[in-house]
Amino acid sequence: MDIVVCIKQVPDTTEVKINPETNTLIREGVPTIINPFDENAVEEALRLKEKYGGKVTIITMGPPQAVEALKQCIAMGADEVFLVSDRAFAGSDTWATSYTLARTIQKIKKFDLILCGKQAIDGDTAQVGPGIAEWLNIPQVTFAVKVEVDGIKARVERLLEEVNEVAEVPLPCVLTVVKQINEPRVPSLKGMMRAKKAEIKTLSAQDIGADQTITGLKGSPTRVVKIFAPPAKGMGEMLSGSTDEAVSNLVSKLRERKII
Amino acid sequence: MDLRKEPNEAPNWKGIFVFAEQREGQIQNVAYELLSEAKKLAADLSCGVAAVLCGGEEIEKQAGSLFDYGADQVYLVAHPELKSYRTAPYTRALTELVNKYKPEIFLIGATTIGRDLAARLAIRVNCGLTADCTGLAIDPDKKILRQTRPAFGGNIMATIISPNHRPQMATVRPKVFRKSKVTSRKSEVIKFNPVIKEEDLMVNILQIVKDESVKVNLQEAEIIVSGGRGIGDPKNYKIIEELAQVLNGAVGASRATVDAGWISAHHQVGQTGKTVAPKLYIACGIAGKIQHLVGMQGSDTIVAINRDPDAPIFKVATYGIVGDCLEVVPALTRKIRELRA
Amino acid sequence: MLDYLLTEEQKMVRDLARKIAQEKILPVRAELDEKEEFPWEIMKIFAEADLCGLWIPEKYGGFGQSVLAFCLATEEISRACGGVGVTFAASALGGAPILLFGSDEQKQKYLPDLASGKKLAAFGLTEANAGSDAAGMETTARKEGDYYIINGTKQWITNGGEAETYTLITITDKNKGARGATAFILEKGMPGFTFGKKEKKMGIRCSATRELVFQDCKVHKSQILGREGMGFIVAMRTLDLTRPGIGAQAVGIAHGALNEAIKYSKERIQFGKPIIALQAIQHLLADMATQVEAARALVYSVARAIDAGSKDFTKDSSMAKLFASDTAMFVTTQAVQILGGYGYMREYPVEKMMRDAKITQIYEGTNQIQRNQIGLSLIKESASKE
Repeated sequence: MDIVVCIKQVPDTTEVKINPETNTLIREGVPTIINPFDENAVEEALRLKEKYGGKVTIITMGPPQAVEALKQCIAMGADEVFLVSDRAFAGSDTWATSYTLARTIQKIKKFDLILCGKQAIDGDTAQVGPGIAEWLNIPQVTFAVKVEVDGIKARVERLLEEVNEVAEVPLPCVLTVVKQINEPRVPSLKGMMRAKKAEIKTLSAQDIGADQTITGLKGSPTRVVKIFAPPAKGMGEMLSGSTDEAVSNLVSKLRERKII
Repeated sequence: MDLRKEPNEAPNWKGIFVFAEQREGQIQNVAYELLSEAKKLAADLSCGVAAVLCGGEEIEKQAGSLFDYGADQVYLVAHPELKSYRTAPYTRALTELVNKYKPEIFLIGATTIGRDLAARLAIRVNCGLTADCTGLAIDPDKKILRQTRPAFGGNIMATIISPNHRPQMATVRPKVFRKSKVTSRKSEVIKFNPVIKEEDLMVNILQIVKDESVKVNLQEAEIIVSGGRGIGDPKNYKIIEELAQVLNGAVGASRATVDAGWISAHHQVGQTGKTVAPKLYIACGIAGKIQHLVGMQGSDTIVAINRDPDAPIFKVATYGIVGDCLEVVPALTRKIRELRA
Repeated sequence: MLDYLLTEEQKMVRDLARKIAQEKILPVRAELDEKEEFPWEIMKIFAEADLCGLWIPEKYGGFGQSVLAFCLATEEISRACGGVGVTFAASALGGAPILLFGSDEQKQKYLPDLASGKKLAAFGLTEANAGSDAAGMETTARKEGDYYIINGTKQWITNGGEAETYTLITITDKNKGARGATAFILEKGMPGFTFGKKEKKMGIRCSATRELVFQDCKVHKSQILGREGMGFIVAMRTLDLTRPGIGAQAVGIAHGALNEAIKYSKERIQFGKPIIALQAIQHLLADMATQVEAARALVYSVARAIDAGSKDFTKDSSMAKLFASDTAMFVTTQAVQILGGYGYMREYPVEKMMRDAKITQIYEGTNQIQRNQIGLSLIKESASKE
């Protein structure tokens, strides 16, 4: 099986803060990581490869330092990696990003399956995976929590709000995965050595034959016009005393607020 | 890959569409919430609000309630292949509808259905899509939609616009807006017959696996009682369930307990679980790591119960009790039962 | 931490071990200790990460024979949990005799599985009546044609019962004194080889400690390591090689405790300020930190010397183990003291570290034996100078 996984290098958003005076992101000192959901996608690809044979290719669209994320994937066991990087891609929203990734996939690979993480923890949109599927005109199955492949079809269990749904989809297709699908493996030393020695190919807009009128900021239908700090949540009231006292106090306060 | 067409000419696009999500023939609350919000936006745009209802032939019977919440029109998109949601037939039908009736704004609930659908539809229709909006407003000068949403796990807020592309599409999570009935009710139903193609039917739904532990949809719940590792043992979820039951609420969980197998993933609240914003969120034995907070800090009132006075959860809690959950939670349940009695 | 001018590869080993320690060991260490549960899941992760073969040459599937790399990994692991650390290190202890004295065939047969982490090893020396006085051991191997019949009981064997590969020291000729012992390789499942119950210990509770029980266990002479009569030499040289590893375990435990003590004293407010502002605490932390760094420097130096091909490192090995383990006991005890009442509570990690640290002063040769060893080495060295 030829599996392509799209990953994104993101700041560890649990550390990202906004400067409330300038309303700009404070990026210094914030470590970059592979988007956690994408790590699950890479792990799932590796498991499918171990089970069914084939090759795992990782693609990322990003600035030059995204190479680090690709190296981590090599250390986990990926066979081939590509960085798609070009000034022409700067400022892409999910529309332009999904176009660029789809174009890359088309240009360089034949594939049976494309895996993406459910969403990136910086953008939190969950839009790129389905976008890629639409550009490539292949089916998508989102929120995958279990994947089995049977020749030309995949059986995918989806984690919905209250139930799980089992869908059958022909290959090739795009699957987006949730965290609950697996536990990503730790890289191996041999893998890390391989990653260290690896020469990573960078593809430019020209290399992938992208229509540059629809990449980057220019090609993005959406624009961010403002970013600001969320309203500060003031610390509330601590209710002290014995268990009975605190509980009585809480109940009366909740009643006052007409919550119960 | 088709070469994209030019963006749809903005001035020709008018009106607000709201996707009336239905599951098993039941229209979801988020649809009513979005209709109510759309009504406000429509006032600023001097335009109408239409609900788009897709389903099997019998879905027509459900259309009425949409007028109760402010729809001026209901587009009835009925087709046997649309009975239950699947990406391709729904995308096909809505693309045709949108291209024919040209709404300037299209609102969709950010549910598993809505997010799956909107992401695909936005590419096909060539428009901008903003996910998980927490605020919508019409720019008074440009008459365009200003969409505000959290990013970076909720650490920042961003306001986004789609200046040139139509429709301006946005998904909104359940319970972000409040539904409200209108006083004067319309009733125009417009039937739309989509052409569903063979290639739209490639994905089959084989089965639905129900989760017996899920009694209430977490994202619809008004009250959630959530348990974390501080409850000590999986069997102690019983006290969480009892409190939830007495409050008619849902049971939530931290990622740690789900990973440890104490409860199923459908209950997980947080960055890699569900985002909820109920009226009342009671966090029991939950430390309040940022990954959990991003999933529930939008709740109206947060009550935290934890043995550790330094637990970060207390920083976002409206009311905090430092104590052992195994004592405090049953005491709370008892007190509420007493009140009700 | 001082920059020890590690190579890229060594840093890789350290960073990988640290990642596993933080992501996989830290969250479960308290539970493993509480339940006395063998860390199989974590051992599997080490295997997948290629960490089990750091002390084994590439020829046998290892990552290259480096005592320093092994120490770096053991230290990182032990900083998270001393019990997991000793499980990791004891497998190397069990395999070291094969590395040092095995024939090429024996190495080919046993080392690859240890390198891949598929199997664990254990070292059987200690007995109820033969601890420091190893020569007093009573497990015998009686020659019968091409076989040896083994009878006796080994006590307190780390990884006993979980490991598949065992290196055992037995008495083959009581009359030959220092030349009367022989080392064998045994496998779990050999008839006549069973295990006693799992011991309940003060610390390193997730580590499995069991008796090895031999009742007419018949073993072919091809399982002998080296030659008949070399048993004590095998044991001594094995311990010389592996003592830095125990030193590394002790350094890891100590540093973990130091970190907890610093973290706590920054957060704990008494008399209007964090206790780290108090000179008494600063002095304690200073002593702890200095000793940890000194112990680390000694362990690394000895490891490097061994890797560089040093022939005689008995004394240095003993020094590293002695100093590091005494440091671990000192630092963990002080850490509990600094955390005060909280330090005594099981909810906080330092009491476990103190319980874990104690054994490092006892096993692989008690610190009294280490001092004997160092003393004897000093005598030998000064004699040769005359």
